[in-house]
Amino acid sequence: MAESKKTGGATTAAPSGNAASQAPKGTLDGRCPKGPIADRWTQHKFELKLVNPANKRKYEVLVVGTGLAGAAAAASLAELGYNVTVLTMHDSPRRAHSIAAQGGINASKNYKNDGDSTFRLFYDTVKGGDYRARESNVHRLAEVSGNIIDQCVAQGVPFAREYGGYLDNRSFGGAQVSRTFYARGQTGQQLLLGAYSALSRNVGAGTIKMLTRRDVLDIVVVDGKARGVIARNLVNGKLERYGAHAVLLCTGGYGNVFFLSTNAKACNVTAAWRAHRRGAFFANPCFTQIHPTCIPVHGDIQSKLTLMSESLRNDGRVWVPKKAGETRPGADVPEDERDYFLERRYPSFGNLVPRDVASRAAKQVCDEGRGVGSTRLAVYLDFRDAIQRLGKNAIAERYGNLFQMYEKITGEDPYRVPMRIYPAVHYTMGGLWVDYNLMSNLPGLFVLGEANFSDHGANRLGASALMQGLADGYFVIPYTLGGFLATEPLGSKVSTDHAAFAQAEAETKERLQKMLSARGKRTVDSFHRELGILMWDHCGMARNDAGLRRAAGRIAELREEFWKNVNVPGSGTELNQSLEKAGRVADFLEFAQTMVHDALYRTESCGGHFREESQTPEGEAQRDDQNFSHVAAWEFTGIGEKPALHREELSFEYCKPSQRSYK
Amino acid sequence: MSSKEQGLHLVLEVWRQKGPEDAGRFESYVLDSVSPDNSFLEMLDQLNEKLVKEGQEPVAFDHDCREGICGACGCVVNGQAHGHEKGTTLCQLHMRSFPNGAKLVLEPFRATAFPVLRDLVVDRSAFDRIIQAGGFVSVSTGSAPDANLVPVAKDNAEKAMDAAACIGCGACVASCKNSSAMLFTSAKVSHLALLPQGQVERERRVAAMVAQMDAEGFGACTNTQECEAACPKEISIENIARMNREFFKAKLKRL
Ligand SMILES: Cc1cc2nc3c(=O)[nH]c(=O)nc-3n(C[C@H](O)[C@H](O)[C@H](O)COP(=O)(O)OP(=O)(O)OC[C@H]3O[C@@H](n4cnc5c(N)ncnc54)[C@H](O)[C@@H]3O)c2cc1C
Ligand code: FES
Repeated sequence: MAESKKTGGATTAAPSGNAASQAPKGTLDGRCPKGPIADRWTQHKFELKLVNPANKRKYEVLVVGTGLAGAAAAASLAELGYNVTVLTMHDSPRRAHSIAAQGGINASKNYKNDGDSTFRLFYDTVKGGDYRARESNVHRLAEVSGNIIDQCVAQGVPFAREYGGYLDNRSFGGAQVSRTFYARGQTGQQLLLGAYSALSRNVGAGTIKMLTRRDVLDIVVVDGKARGVIARNLVNGKLERYGAHAVLLCTGGYGNVFFLSTNAKACNVTAAWRAHRRGAFFANPCFTQIHPTCIPVHGDIQSKLTLMSESLRNDGRVWVPKKAGETRPGADVPEDERDYFLERRYPSFGNLVPRDVASRAAKQVCDEGRGVGSTRLAVYLDFRDAIQRLGKNAIAERYGNLFQMYEKITGEDPYRVPMRIYPAVHYTMGGLWVDYNLMSNLPGLFVLGEANFSDHGANRLGASALMQGLADGYFVIPYTLGGFLATEPLGSKVSTDHAAFAQAEAETKERLQKMLSARGKRTVDSFHRELGILMWDHCGMARNDAGLRRAAGRIAELREEFWKNVNVPGSGTELNQSLEKAGRVADFLEFAQTMVHDALYRTESCGGHFREESQTPEGEAQRDDQNFSHVAAWEFTGIGEKPALHREELSFEYCKPSQRSYK
Repeated sequence: MSSKEQGLHLVLEVWRQKGPEDAGRFESYVLDSVSPDNSFLEMLDQLNEKLVKEGQEPVAFDHDCREGICGACGCVVNGQAHGHEKGTTLCQLHMRSFPNGAKLVLEPFRATAFPVLRDLVVDRSAFDRIIQAGGFVSVSTGSAPDANLVPVAKDNAEKAMDAAACIGCGACVASCKNSSAMLFTSAKVSHLALLPQGQVERERRVAAMVAQMDAEGFGACTNTQECEAACPKEISIENIARMNREFFKAKLKRL
């Protein structure tokens, strides 16, 4: 193994080469059950091997992450009797990024009697994902969606209710039925606190060992199977080894590769990337979601972007001045000089077109020089007409807390002046490749929640990430993990004295030491910001061949500079937040190249992935089903080396692919 | 000088402590050109970038979501937990609410039960242990009935939600002269006591959580109401009254 490959040092190897026409090295089988789609999960559950209740505690399971996916999985597996250890980098399991989700969670309960069904939720999700998701997985997701709501309510999640005391629903983008359950604007918080309470119950009962402030920095593979992790104790800096019969990565998405995103600051790709370097395939990394309604960037020191719920588009009208370089304040621009560009371009959906379409349209008008605000990278979201029509009180009732949040951040009163919004990175559909059982190609390594690639194809619908995380954790892994463990010899022990643990620990130590000893001139954040701008400019809302190639070259240079010129103060034997960040940025710098490579490879446009070369005459995304109706899963071959391609063909038996139109 | 164009000039007195064993001390820093549009944490980022460039160690502070929901951030600013603005976490506090030339004294959330780990970072795991003692409904995955089987009066659901909005940041403890965790604990007790799902374990829950709270070394409540004033989610002290009632009911039943 080359030195650089081991320690994460830089190489200058040519990056993406001719990704666009890359031949596959192999094909992948998602191992989906056969038969009628509505019976597949039931049949599969029946066919999965079971572990005898008395034997379950002999199997050790490591869960990394305590977001919706991790907390739900850990609690459910402990209840079954497995021997569960949970690690999180946060100071408490309740801090996981899931806490920040606002809008709601979908479920096909059909409580509104408006025609919802398992099949409709399944269909909407496959279509919303622009026909790049596996039908079997999505159907299962829709099937268990109702159980999730039952479970959460039983835990005491205070969902919104109607006067009769029954559960309320709201509408969300991409669906014509009302199926979104919510708890004010804090749905993620309440769902996570529910899962956290289930986790806590088990910790209190001694059935889960909970370890906080542990950063997982490597995955240990013994004889081809995932058998543990190397974690850094963030308080004292010690490297610790944890062994198990199975490892569950529930470590969230990689949106922070862009530096600025709506994700929490610590969201990262490290655990997934390290698993990838140990052999797990990374699927569709270029599928990222850009959310249209976020508070725009205001300055160089800005650290993150804030989402304004998509529900605002129900009453707000999106516009920019017709004339480029307009300097009057928004409220002073007369009606006939305004361009309500979404209503103009998409008369039937208007301001409620899906996220990807709305985001791209905003970018286009800003590219034309018609953006507003001091940076000119914003469009107006105007409530003037709604306030006139419905009164200020009605608007306050609907969006009061959002208006208040907007005012807190920008210092402007959206009741008087139009909001300024701009798209921002929000969610990542790509992730580690998993089969129908949520197991990666590395036996024993399971991946749940946003960290896997499984259910959203090329675009995720609003309120479906919470559903997927909880489905994976509460209702899928408890069955599929048993199927795997039942094939593991009873009584087998995983020893952390194995050479593979020693080696992984030594490599981690060396990498940390290398970052600490560079003592260069640039801060970790300055590298992260530069990487973010590069990714946003070339691998963001619109992508093209030349730009992606430029980005690939520049990422390689930046990575090389990082290892020589980064300044990480302090030592590795104490609480050192600079070192934590440095490790994450180092991994983003490697991962970014694979993401760009994937974007170069996929010459079609689909969902959140817009290749400028592939658009309809009206400028809409043009899919290429002939050549790209597959999952692109990448195998690590070395840093800066061209990754090897493994293809999983997608077939659509129930949802026939069509061109999405919102005109 | 207009602070809008040039940015704010600030004098910071920051608690620096290398580790749990270190005695700790205040250190002074001067920071210029702070944009009024930046959040308090972005101001700290700016300070840290400056410190690193000057070869010093940055100030450690916990944070994550930066939108007031994860509960990770928080320190005491000029004597007030999360600073002076009502109903606001430190990450949502913006620099435009400070005058040019302001002097800011930054200290960690102090309490016996919250040992300082480094600078402004404290260990709040005692809160987790209070929840582990009883802050849940014992329902295993799979055993839940249909969600609409048990209606919940809208009013109760709203009140439960008000209490459940607690983010577990610890400002209540830091602002209380007794370092009491009553607001935190009572928010969870109330949330579940108000819902039908929480009834079966109602008494056991409050007894176990209060016992754990005491075991962690949190102080008693003497009704100074500082916790409510400091709470970024404006959790009401009515919850404390409710918990007291719940607690006495539970005690009576057990006697
Ligand atoms: C602002 C915002 C609003 C949203 N609103 C909605 C919504 O309304 N509806 C919806 O469906 N979705 C929404 N989403 C998306 C949704 O919240 C996330 O996709 C989902 O919560 C992810 O859950 P998760 O369990 O996969 O991961 P996370 O919640 O991100 O949890 C990851 C866990 O892994 C741990 N971790 C990560 N790396 C390591 C490591 N190396 N070592 C140790 N631990 C590690 C973390 O500590 C954390 O515990 C929103 C997202 C954002 C950003
Ligand atoms: S950083 Fe999450 S509440 Fe402040």
